[in-house]
This record gives sequence, structure tokens and C-alpha cells, in this order.
Amino acid sequence: MKIAVPIKFVPDLVEELTIDPSGTALDTTWLRLIINELDDHAVEQAVLLKERGGGDVTVLAAEADGVDDFLFTAAAKGADRLIKLTGDFSTADNHALGRAFADVIKELQPDLILTGVQAHNDLDGSIGPLLAEYLGLPYVGYVAGITPGGDKVIARKEYAGGLVAEVEVKLPAVLGIQAAEQPPRYVAYSKIRQIMGTAKIEERPLGALESGGGVMIERMFQPEAAERATMLEGSPEDVADKLVGLFKELGTL
Amino acid sequence: MEITLSPLSPSVNQTFYTSLFDLQDGERVRTCLQCGTCSGICPFGYIMKFPPGKIIGAIRAEIFEQVLKTDSVWMCVSCNACASFCPSNIPITRVLMTRTKEEMILAGNVPSELQAALENTQRYGNPLGESPRKRADWALGLQPEVNLLAKTRQPVEVLWYVGDYASYHPRMQSATRALAKILNALGVNFGILGPEEYSDGDSQRLAGERGLFEMMAQKNGQVFRKYKFNEIITTDPHAFNALKNEYPALGIEYPVRHYTQFLFERLEQIKPLLKTEIKAKVAYHDPCYLGRVNGIFDEPRALLSAIPGVELVEMSHQRINSLCCGGGGGGMWLDGFQWEKAHTRLSEWRVREAISANAQILAVACPYEPPRFEDATKTIPAASQLKVREIAELLAESMDL
Repeated sequence: MKIAVPIKFVPDLVEELTIDPSGTALDTTWLRLIINELDDHAVEQAVLLKERGGGDVTVLAAEADGVDDFLFTAAAKGADRLIKLTGDFSTADNHALGRAFADVIKELQPDLILTGVQAHNDLDGSIGPLLAEYLGLPYVGYVAGITPGGDKVIARKEYAGGLVAEVEVKLPAVLGIQAAEQPPRYVAYSKIRQIMGTAKIEERPLGALESGGGVMIERMFQPEAAERATMLEGSPEDVADKLVGLFKELGTL
Repeated sequence: MEITLSPLSPSVNQTFYTSLFDLQDGERVRTCLQCGTCSGICPFGYIMKFPPGKIIGAIRAEIFEQVLKTDSVWMCVSCNACASFCPSNIPITRVLMTRTKEEMILAGNVPSELQAALENTQRYGNPLGESPRKRADWALGLQPEVNLLAKTRQPVEVLWYVGDYASYHPRMQSATRALAKILNALGVNFGILGPEEYSDGDSQRLAGERGLFEMMAQKNGQVFRKYKFNEIITTDPHAFNALKNEYPALGIEYPVRHYTQFLFERLEQIKPLLKTEIKAKVAYHDPCYLGRVNGIFDEPRALLSAIPGVELVEMSHQRINSLCCGGGGGGMWLDGFQWEKAHTRLSEWRVREAISANAQILAVACPYEPPRFEDATKTIPAASQLKVREIAELLAESMDL
């Protein structure tokens, strides 16, 4: 089975985020980027499928600080092919990124496309469904387990409230990964260093970014406090009485 | 997991065995008498399916693969007690246990807590997953301002390698500030690296991540070369151990001392400054990588004894026979894993020993210890009154800093 895994890097919340002077974007001066956690799971799931039933895994990423290291790590885990889209992605939203990935994926003709079901900077929808639309393929999201079966797979899709559905999907298809069947594995640094000498990252220069259909950001801002919380004081009984009074006042009781 | 005698894979066994001989004194493993001293003195030997002596036994029986099928080596806190008491002088911790952990890591068999610490180290240069930019935030507001070498680029007498936990851990930062104040009071011309400093990597090495350790060492080495200084002092015995015993083989060689040695040399200058009495029975806990591994036993005790009012008492495990706090060799990042296996913590045993010795203060000199022992005083009812203090904190208090 040929598997493609498009991944993206997102702002690392270990640094405080600040808004740039335009007021519509993050200030990138101190921005540190990190792999989107669910994309990391998508890579793990792809490698697990390969280990179980054989196959060929291609990981695709847009150029960013740290992407090379991530791609080499993916190779050390078992990815066969590494593709990096090069160019200026600083203004790319998911619509634009999805189109850029779709162009390369069309060429690869994979059986299965796995990507993280969401990312914390998805402002214009997540990549998976956009990609499926551009490629004209079926999409199943919130997947936490895949069983291959010939020209189909059974995807275990998670619903709220602890419900799980088993969905049969005809290939090729795009699956949005909620969690790999096991947590992303650790690769010893010596193995990553070793693979840096042998693995190759294929670079694909990016054409024009096309973000049509995405959202326009009018204003980006830190959460603003509207009304402060009120602390109820007194004995537990007093507090409970006041709370009941408040609930009645608000019409919830 | 059940131990079976087949299938045998002599090649894995043999490759592992001979790989030990490439390490310094590794060939001493051949001289093992199977006396069991190592497994007996190991604080967690009673829980391990394969304590050190049994690992050697398994290798000789050509069933080393069975060792890798169990996860018991993750109970090893690299305290070096096994090596210190081995009658054949086998470097058990550094060679056998560390190599076994390396095999586990290469096989991808890593407990998730440890994995997070290793990934953090790779990504941020510290196992806590903190922003490298905030590495010197502990020094904010201190007067005179702590000399950040990247800013001043002045040659200094002393490069203070602060280390991970001393820089970031909220409980340790007060001790770090105390040491900065002491150095200022003594008029020491010192500087720190702040955001340019990386983890020393020693605990990662002892947790089996040799490649990561080398990467950290190389990064630190590059930064050291940028500045002019006469010697390095460290807050952390693990950093001290790395710089003294491990970095030189990688071509990074500087005179290095633990801060207790550095202050001990200035004891006559310090003594008149110790004005405020701290009236308490104080038990000193020998950190493994200061005491047992590097032989620094007396300097910390001399510093404590110089404080007016302090009465030193000794715990049953002391000096070379000290009991590990449980944080070494990756133990700092295996708390949940080890708790699940042992349902006890070494820090709790140690705190009980301090109480038995009638100590009111447990004095420490390693940044892993204040948080570990303080947590233990919260779970051991008899220890609720025991105070855990870094030596630097006690000195600064007596010096009214």
C-alpha cells in the first residue's frame, strides 16, 4: 500500500505568542515551530501499517524551521520518501497548503492519505477535508485505528460520548487521524544522525499560493476579559445558598 | 514477563557482550564473581527481574535477549552503589546498566515519561520542556545584575554552568539565586551562559541516550569556546560529573569544580560573614555524583559546620554508602513508572532516615533533591516538620543575603 502523509508545523506554545503590528497575524520574531501533534500520530499510523502489511510511506511537509529534522526522524521511524515543498509559506492558510499538497499527491498516486485531523492553528478548516475535496476523494475524520483489506480499509472513527464507528472506505481515500494505534515512538538520536547521512529530502519548489475560499483575518487579539469572575465567600452552606440564588436569577434553575 | 530459555540468539548476546569491552574498563565485566553484592546493594535490586549480577549471568548463559524483554533496567537510578562495592571493580553502572538501557532505547522500548524528557532535551535543550529563552529568568531582579556572557562578552574568572533544574525548577530557583548572592558577596567575577546553555546531558546518557548526550556536549562545547574564563563551577553534580569525566573524551576539557568545592576553598573568607544562627540538627545527604562517584564528601559538610548553630548529624546511609534520592539515570523522568513497580520512592526512604537521625533540616547539594525530598516530606507523616534546604540557601540565610 502506498501511503502519503502530508504534515504541517504549527506555533510552539512553549513561547508566548504575540500579535504583530498589522494586528492580523502572529509576530514571527520569536515564533518557534513544532510538528502538529496529530500529524505526528499520522506518521506513526502510516509506519505501523507499513510494518504490519508492507508498503511505502511518503511524508510531505512545507518548508519551515525544524522540518528537516522532523523528516529525518520520520525516515528513522520507517518512512521511505521525504518531500519538502520549498518557498514562502508564511502567509499560507490551509486552503493554500491543501492545494499545494494536492498537486504533489496527485503525482504520487497513493492508496491512502493520512493527516492529523486538526491543528491548533486551523483558522479555515482542517487540511484533511480540503485535501479530499481538491483530490476528489472520500474523507473520514477522527480516525483512531485502521484495518486494511484489499481495495478498502476499515477506519475506526471516534465520536463524542465514547462511541466508535467502523467505517468501510474505498481506496484511495483521505483519513484524518485523531490518534495512532500506539503513541509516536522514540528514535534514538544516534539513529537520526545516521539517517541524515543516507536519507534524501526531495525539494519541490512551490508555485503561487492560492488561498481562495479561505478566511480573511480582520483582527487577531489576545483574549479580552469581559466581566470578572465573582468569588463567593462564606461557609460552604452560605456559598451553596448564594449559588442556588444566582442560578435562579439566571433562570437555569 | 516469563523467562524462557529459547530461542537463543547468541549473536545479539555476543554483540552486546563484546560491545562492553570497547568502553573504558568494560572488559572487567569478565571478572565478575557472581557474588551478588551489586544486586544486594542496589536500592531497587529486589524489584528487578534482572538486577546487575543477573544481567551478567544472563550474558554468560547467552540469554541476554531475555533481559531486553523485561523492563526492569528502568528501575536503575544509576546511583553507582553497585560499582562502588563490586569486589572486582567492574564499572557496573557506567558500562553494564547504561549499555543495557541504550539497547532498550535503540529498540524503541522507552517508558513514555522518559521519552518526553528525551524529546524535550532534543528540542529545547532541557528535559523540562521549557523555553531556552527563559533559561536565565531566575536571575531577573537580582542586584547586582548577573553577568550574562552573551551580553557583556567580558572575560570572567568563573563560568558558572547553572544547569537544567537549577535554572528552571521553581523550587530550585531560590537556591540558585542564593548562590548568585553568595558569589557576589565574595566578590567573585563570574558569568553565566543563560539561553546559550544546553543541558549537560549526563542523566540522559545514563538513561541510555548516548547520542543525545553527545549532541548536548557538542553544543555546550561550542558555547564554552566563545568565552574567556579560568574555570567552570556547577550547581549540579551531574553537570560536574559530565564536565569532569565525560566531556574530555569529546575534546571539551576545562577545569571544573562543584560549587561546594569552590566555596570550601573560600571558607575563611565566608566564616566572618556567617552571622545569623541557624539552630538546628542538620543531616547532609551525599548526592551520588558528588560523593560516591567523585569523592566529594567533606567540603559540603565543612560548609554546613561553619554555620553558627548547625549541629551535623549523620544518617544511616552516608558518604560512599549514601542512598540515592531516586532521580539519577533517568529516575527523575520515571517517577510514575517506578512508583507503579515499587509503590515507594527512594526519596521517601531517605526522608525517613533523616527523621531517625533526629534531623530538623535535610541539607542537599544537588538540584534534583529539593523537589524530590520536599515531596517526600508531604507523603511521610513523620517528616512533615522536616525542612529540605540547599546548602547555598542555608549559607545565604546565615550571611543575611
